[in-house]
Amino acid sequence: MQRKDDFEERRKHLANLTEEELEKRFWELTEKIVDPLIELARTHTSPSIERSVLLRMGFDSLTAKAVVEKCVEKGLLGKGAGHVVLKYALYKGISVKEAGNQLARGEGWDEIEKAMALKIDASTVGKVM
Amino acid sequence: MELKKDEKLNIEEILKDLEHYRPRRRGWHWREKVENQKIGPFEYLETSKGLKNSIPLPAAKYFGNIDPQPDFVITTEIASGRFEDDIRRMRMAAWHGADHIMVIRTAGQSHFDGLIEGTPEGVGGVPITRKQLRATRKALDMIEDEVGRPINFHSYVSGVAGPEVAVLFAEEGVNGAHQDPQYNVLYRNVNMVRSFVDAAVAKKIMAWADMIQIDGAHNANATAREAWKVMPELMVQHAINAMYSLKVGMKKENICLSTVPPTAPPAPCLRLDLPYAVALRELFKGFRMRAQMNTKYIESSTREATVTHVLNLLISRLTGADIQSTITPDEGRNVPWHYFNIQAIDTAKQALVGMDGLTEMVQIKRDGPLGEKVRELKERAVLFLEEILEVGGYFKAVEMGFFVDSGFYPERNGDGIVRKIDGGVGAGTVVKRDEDYMAPVCHHFGYNNLPEGLEHPCDLIGGCTLCNPDKIAYIDELDEKDNVHVRLEETRELREKGLIKPEVEWFADGVVCLNVFLPVNEEVAEAAGLEIAKRMGLQDAEVIHREIMHPAEGTYLEIKGKVPFAIDPATLSIPKKPEVLSEEEIRSFIKEHPMKIVAATVGEDEHSVGLREIIDIKHGGIEGFGIECHYLGTSVPVEKVVDAAIEIDADAILISTIITHADIHRINMRKLHELCIEKGIREKVILVGGGTQVTDEMAKEAGLDAGFGRGTKGIHVASFLVKKMKEKIEKNGG
Repeated sequence: MQRKDDFEERRKHLANLTEEELEKRFWELTEKIVDPLIELARTHTSPSIERSVLLRMGFDSLTAKAVVEKCVEKGLLGKGAGHVVLKYALYKGISVKEAGNQLARGEGWDEIEKAMALKIDASTVGKVM
Repeated sequence: MELKKDEKLNIEEILKDLEHYRPRRRGWHWREKVENQKIGPFEYLETSKGLKNSIPLPAAKYFGNIDPQPDFVITTEIASGRFEDDIRRMRMAAWHGADHIMVIRTAGQSHFDGLIEGTPEGVGGVPITRKQLRATRKALDMIEDEVGRPINFHSYVSGVAGPEVAVLFAEEGVNGAHQDPQYNVLYRNVNMVRSFVDAAVAKKIMAWADMIQIDGAHNANATAREAWKVMPELMVQHAINAMYSLKVGMKKENICLSTVPPTAPPAPCLRLDLPYAVALRELFKGFRMRAQMNTKYIESSTREATVTHVLNLLISRLTGADIQSTITPDEGRNVPWHYFNIQAIDTAKQALVGMDGLTEMVQIKRDGPLGEKVRELKERAVLFLEEILEVGGYFKAVEMGFFVDSGFYPERNGDGIVRKIDGGVGAGTVVKRDEDYMAPVCHHFGYNNLPEGLEHPCDLIGGCTLCNPDKIAYIDELDEKDNVHVRLEETRELREKGLIKPEVEWFADGVVCLNVFLPVNEEVAEAAGLEIAKRMGLQDAEVIHREIMHPAEGTYLEIKGKVPFAIDPATLSIPKKPEVLSEEEIRSFIKEHPMKIVAATVGEDEHSVGLREIIDIKHGGIEGFGIECHYLGTSVPVEKVVDAAIEIDADAILISTIITHADIHRINMRKLHELCIEKGIREKVILVGGGTQVTDEMAKEAGLDAGFGRGTKGIHVASFLVKKMKEKIEKNGG
């Protein structure tokens, strides 16, 4: 888009604002722009986000990458990759570490649907490490 | 491991047992400001706690070697492609006053979908990996102990692996990072949805780690055709990232605006840049200012760049900053060299200390033309925001090319950067979180369907790496050919034998730089310069800077090339440093054997400072040891000096000779010796010559008893005089 500098015309509604009012308007407008972006982030995830979860769970980057690729392939990313690993560990009765390693190697994915059906609550704490 | 001042960093030692190394702290360190600080003979208004070990500015020797540290954190960017060489440069930088070390990433890392591991060599930066971070942090921990001030380590949380990189940084003790989703979108063509969704998670982790964040707005300066016209947009970009970060949970005082004075001379830059700096600091009160130096208009002249940067520093002093970043003056011509990093740090330190307390006497005229400009910029920024909302929000605005347009908003030139919502790297990879989405880890941003009643989310898995660092998984190397150990092997012989090769970037790269003036025009000069370099034995010679002194009278060149040999220090004859007696010893000798000396700067030479330093009691000069000094002044004929010595029956004559034109320093020294013989006092008086170009050997060659050059202190001369007197006394039978 090309446009001549029409600042004098456009600014008319700002001309009478005090410095303080002008600055307040600046931040109110910014907030309006940012709010939908924050809401988008709050409700969505990505491969990198899920890999960051797996890193925090103690997996190395190669394992995290492999598990997340599989989650994407199976349409499970929206469940959370860490969630998938945790449920598989509970289902198999193995450690979280071992569960992630198996899934990274491509093992266990045919049992994932059953694993994901497990319910967890606060009493799950301590069942797997 | 503790560093010793006289010993080089041992890279192999640093690489040892990295698997178990843990950073000792988290979070950013601001300098501790000291109000009205007395340092040496001065009182400072804007300095911070001093360093345990440091290298002061060259002129500090006239002020008791003081090294005042400004109140702003000072940044240096170090990234040559090999972190093992960068670590040594970081140590040099810390000694000169940098406490924020920024590591640029290797080209292409922002499009790498995941983490890089090991220590491969980089291009234009370093591959940021866990091993590289850990080794560097370990070295910086030792260096901060050595200089006595915490060092902030910094890199980039951007590209398509932002959240993972943020976790990595939080785990490895990185203290600050660039993070701005707009940067990815505009300059790295990362898909905009991916970039913003990732950014929230990354920022939340950075907030936990108490890292400071620097935004990416300054890149619009470097990209836009006319940098000063993007000022309204810069405020918009700063605001979007700042507000986004606040909403994620980052503390306001950890959010830094990356701001650059947009223009440079020959533009009347201060008049353009100052209103912008003021407007920004008013609009963004409570946020931090990271003042960067201008890169847009850097050419190959390091002098020109330095002057522009000093003007930038004036703006920092007048309007305030929290972090003063530095750009090396050679950035316009190559990947920064060791000593240009140091020069840039010294430029910042020198200018900031020189302008200490300036605003106590000089004030910005807020009303008048500056105030009008400030108001205009704010209004233009508000209008920009209004139009973003009008067209349907941020993503729509980017699709319409709102950003980095070279028009002065609301003017539009139609040359902005256009990105599509379904385009770019990582497009189509973002998915909605399901109702049962869960992430069993701490400090995770966004919807998380965790069971009720958990104390920590990570209790479900027995702890996450943020709560229990022992869980961090460490990968050493993945590529057996491209890693630090292979590179170190290549230079092992040189290092172990202690062979010396020049370097500017990498150990033993062999690069030297020639400064050449040739009395011919530019084209001829360049060809001749390369031929000269060739005949001097330099390999791969290249002209890196040219400046016309006059179209016909001559051209100044800087030429780099490589020397193909190494020097074995065992083959060198290194002059011994003079042995210094204790002050006590000198004083007690003089008490028993009082000495008188005559001193003067001889010839047509008006330099007095050097000699006064040697004599004056307040500079630790020889007067202070009880030696009676008769100072005759400057431009004194040698004859007059000798006559004065005879008149007062002096034990020694000290002459200073700074000017060396036509070898006058040697001639005057010889003349002194010969005149003393002529007048029959040579046996009796001790003759000493001094000056910046004088050496002991040269003075002895001219017939004197000793010569003293650059860096000489009163105690050196006093020690010599006492020793020489003792010899004389012994010779004469006591």
